[in-house]
Amino acid sequence: MSRIGVFICHCGENIGGTVDCGKVAEVTRNVPGVVHSVDYKYMCSDPGQNMIKEAIREHRLTGVVVAACSPRMHEPTFRNAVAEAGLNPYLCEMANLREHCSWVHEKGDVTTEKAADLVRVMVEKVKRNHPLQPIQVPVTKKALVLGGGIAGIQAALDIANAGHQVVLVEKSPSIGGHMSQLSETFPTLDCSQCILTPRMVEAARHPNITLMTYSELESLSGFIGNFKATIRRKARQVDEKLCTGCGLCTTKCPNKKIPDEFNEGLSTRGAIYVPFPQAVPNKPVIDKLNCTFFKTGKCKVCEKMCPTKAIRFDQQDELVTLDVGAIVLATGFKLMATDKFPEYGYGKYKDVLDGMQFERLASASGPTAGAMKRPSDGREPETVVFVSCSGSRDRAKGVPYCSKVCCMYTAKHAMLYKHKMHHGKAYVFYMDIRSSGKDYDEFVRRAIEEDDVSYIRGRVSRIYEEDGKLVVMGADTLQNGRPVEIRADMVVLATAVQAQDGSEQLAQKLHVSYDPYKFFAEAHPKLKPVETNTAGIFLAGACQAPRDIPETVAQASGAAAKVAALFSKDELTREPQIAVVNRLPAPTFSYCVGCFLCQSACPYQAIEQEEIKGRDGSLIKTIAKVNPGLCQGCGTCVATCRTKAIDIQGFSNEQIFAEIMTL
Amino acid sequence: MRIGYYPGCSLLGSSREFDESVRAVSKAIGLELVEVPDWNCCGASSAHVLDHRLSLALPAKILAQAEAAGLTEVLAPCAACYNRLASARAALEADPAAAADVAAIIEMPVTGRVKVVNVLEVLDRCQAVIQEKTVAPFVRKVACYYGCLLVRPPKVLGFDRAENPQSMDRLMTAAGAEAVEWNFKTECCGAAFSVTRTDLVARMSGKIVADAVRHGAEAIVVACPMCQSNLDMRRPEINAHLGGNSQIPVVFITQALGLALGIAPAELGLQRHMVPALALQPSATV
Amino acid sequence: MNSAPHHSSHGETLKAKVEQATGVKLNHCYQCGKCAAGCPVAQDMDLTSCQILRLVQFGDPAWDRQALQSEGIWLCLACETCSTRCPQEVEVPKVMDYLRSEAVRQDLAHPRSRDILAFHRAFMDSVRETGRLYEIGLVADYKLRSRHFLKDVMLAPKMYVRGKLPLLPHLIQGRDAIKRIFKRTLGSKP
Repeated sequence: MSRIGVFICHCGENIGGTVDCGKVAEVTRNVPGVVHSVDYKYMCSDPGQNMIKEAIREHRLTGVVVAACSPRMHEPTFRNAVAEAGLNPYLCEMANLREHCSWVHEKGDVTTEKAADLVRVMVEKVKRNHPLQPIQVPVTKKALVLGGGIAGIQAALDIANAGHQVVLVEKSPSIGGHMSQLSETFPTLDCSQCILTPRMVEAARHPNITLMTYSELESLSGFIGNFKATIRRKARQVDEKLCTGCGLCTTKCPNKKIPDEFNEGLSTRGAIYVPFPQAVPNKPVIDKLNCTFFKTGKCKVCEKMCPTKAIRFDQQDELVTLDVGAIVLATGFKLMATDKFPEYGYGKYKDVLDGMQFERLASASGPTAGAMKRPSDGREPETVVFVSCSGSRDRAKGVPYCSKVCCMYTAKHAMLYKHKMHHGKAYVFYMDIRSSGKDYDEFVRRAIEEDDVSYIRGRVSRIYEEDGKLVVMGADTLQNGRPVEIRADMVVLATAVQAQDGSEQLAQKLHVSYDPYKFFAEAHPKLKPVETNTAGIFLAGACQAPRDIPETVAQASGAAAKVAALFSKDELTREPQIAVVNRLPAPTFSYCVGCFLCQSACPYQAIEQEEIKGRDGSLIKTIAKVNPGLCQGCGTCVATCRTKAIDIQGFSNEQIFAEIMTL
Repeated sequence: MRIGYYPGCSLLGSSREFDESVRAVSKAIGLELVEVPDWNCCGASSAHVLDHRLSLALPAKILAQAEAAGLTEVLAPCAACYNRLASARAALEADPAAAADVAAIIEMPVTGRVKVVNVLEVLDRCQAVIQEKTVAPFVRKVACYYGCLLVRPPKVLGFDRAENPQSMDRLMTAAGAEAVEWNFKTECCGAAFSVTRTDLVARMSGKIVADAVRHGAEAIVVACPMCQSNLDMRRPEINAHLGGNSQIPVVFITQALGLALGIAPAELGLQRHMVPALALQPSATV
Repeated sequence: MNSAPHHSSHGETLKAKVEQATGVKLNHCYQCGKCAAGCPVAQDMDLTSCQILRLVQFGDPAWDRQALQSEGIWLCLACETCSTRCPQEVEVPKVMDYLRSEAVRQDLAHPRSRDILAFHRAFMDSVRETGRLYEIGLVADYKLRSRHFLKDVMLAPKMYVRGKLPLLPHLIQGRDAIKRIFKRTLGSKP
């Protein structure tokens, strides 16, 4: 016999001002199964909650309906109160009289009637509620960090320092990412590698961190706390245990014409190479696509030269499977290339560079050891033009967003240039200056006021080459759009920050959402910036959106904190409103016929197969089974099931039909 | 192969050699040109300055007439006519209300069925035949000048690329020429300001001539009567502005290809240019 | 509740009229100046395209007048370089076309537009009469309107001897239909 208690909240004037709560309470008293029906000003307050608890005890209630605001606001509040009074919390439901009634209608009888209907619907549901227990899922306390740039390194260090195991996977031969390519960082002009390499080394030596470089995620399955990740460790063709990092092989390789990725194509490297001198691990790798031996079967000079016989041409990729409980995505960004600009020469002018190329030029470890020499002829550029917003804030190029970091790094580039060439002339064409971080605006002012960088407000329409100079056709909008033509020796385009190549494929492997620009999607733009909609997968750094180093580091630590919180328990509690396949005694066992339409429909891959066997071990039938750790309770399977063998606990077909029929 | 043909007003008068050379080349490669019956002026640069609906109506009438004559495609050698016809067709396709309005104005249906192509597209289609029939490769350095209206606005025309286009360069290279890389392939020559602001034409066309010469071109090849006129007929003003005496000839693509096909210069109207162009003819036939 | 999805400019501002007539949304322009930077005649304009768009975008009648009275709008030769490169896909030539006709309508056209207008009107007169452009007619009409009687006088014989100046107009058969087209559009505009 149902003994339902109904508590109608005025919510101050929010509900009470439009709905006659007293009337609703009165009418509800006549609903069969309701033994107690009252209204009150603020149900969520302490006195309100106490009312509920006392009523449960006094009236021996078997179910509770709180008619108030949205369950998204206070369902946990009332369920906790109910649990404290000794009633299973899943026997408490809320009727939304605020967002679904008082906030969308005018005051009147019809509105009050609707409120009474909403309450009655919930009463019918609660009569059919069953007590449910939260689901406990074990947690593997090991984290997987994808991406070995500053974001990944920071997250890995923080998780490792919290006492948990971390596997750090990086697809290039060394960790460090884009930060290792920068020459100096704003706003302090710290040498980038100087502040990064200690972290890199720390990550490599940390007892809790396992580094897997030259490796990529092959596949992922599982769910929060219980992921299974397969990592492909690509063959370096070098036995890392024997290699001492002496570097002899890299000097002996006869094929030296390969464009060097680390130097953004401004120099060349051999087929066996270490990306940069401070690489971690400092072990070389053979670029199979360009190695003479792999292409033609001849050479092997490196193998002959290696003093410890560490070269292994027959080494194969290795697949490693890991059990992890959480994943941090820190795969970073790429910069739009200069060949995406038809009006700036389609990338064919050697002296038109992108921001990262300029960084390599300015870097002491770069192709010119930091000297300002233009790529085409090695001459010193007397006039350099920097073009902000190249490709960003550009609807026509498909990148309407702002890339955030370019205003700052453009000012930095101009300053670095001026510091190296005091008599040189630097111009910056800009649209706005976005320098909102700490000490940022002062940094830009320094470029303008102390280093004499000339800032011109206007975009550049076209760049072409004439007599060894680059003619830059810009305009000054602060002077009526007056055309400004500058004959420069070198041009640096601050190109747009974009999602890494392969982001879409990676997101699909992980079942993580992404936006139209292929940046990974956060769970909530304001309040959940480091989580994704996929439980157990967190975000750090520029793979989510363009950002600078301080924010990246902060976000990485945030992601690490989430992981640490996840790992602070041995078991995870999940809401029990999940799907369940019905089970019956023999010989039926279940209404499920094993068609597995539900399995193909399930967006979370939460449906598994269960074999029902006889006592002799023979197979009787194979039916569906829901994995309680993965199921999100979306109900898609319930809709597809032809025999109605699958249902959601707490939102069963019977309950929903009862709600509808009572209207 | 047959195609509708819309010469346009300038091909009857000041750019007669463009019409002559288009017809001569078409005959040589077996392309039948079916002139749009009783065609009217497309409005060129002037109609759209004075009245928007007129600028749509005149091209619409031409296309309606072409359709009535059973044509599915119309070749408009003049870049301005090509641009006006294609733009009007696109604008009316996008706006059914405007199409209905224009249909009432011209007293003919507006269907959008007839497509508009330019001379470079058509020549490109006939590339194989042209190669086959080339007898005197045009072995010279040329600067291919496209002007504004063949390639812009790119979203409407969908032809070649708006920055550093290549279609004419490819045609000339296939004909034996060396198409130089130069910077002003699509810079405006000064267009309709030829009469009213000749001073601006002198400067704008002057830049084009100077850049072509600077990059080693022996001839400038064009596909627009207005450009040809500004670069050729206005040469005295250009030379005065540049302070030089450039005699680089400016020929239509069909004249250059016509020479390669062995057609006599007189048939191509090569004698009609202000800046002498007859020197471009091959010295001996192969 | 009935609310329009976007707040579009309503009322009689020039901005609203431009949007209505051309479909161009002036709010999209963020005055980056790329149009002026690539415009071949920007250096000759009193107000460049960037400035003109800003004046009309603002929505103040005094600013509108300034735009309509400029010489800049008459120098635009619709080369479409600006619209091709504009990062916000603003079709500047369409706006220029509209501003020109509005300037004429409101009798605000810059004095130096006279010759340019004279040329275009002479051109269209010829087309109205014969269905096609009659070059001699165009030049004669232009000279009468503009009073530049001696302009290019040396050019005519040069063109004639090269066969580029037909003495007689080409008269199409459907001239009446053309006249009707003109009546319904350009109408009795001078």
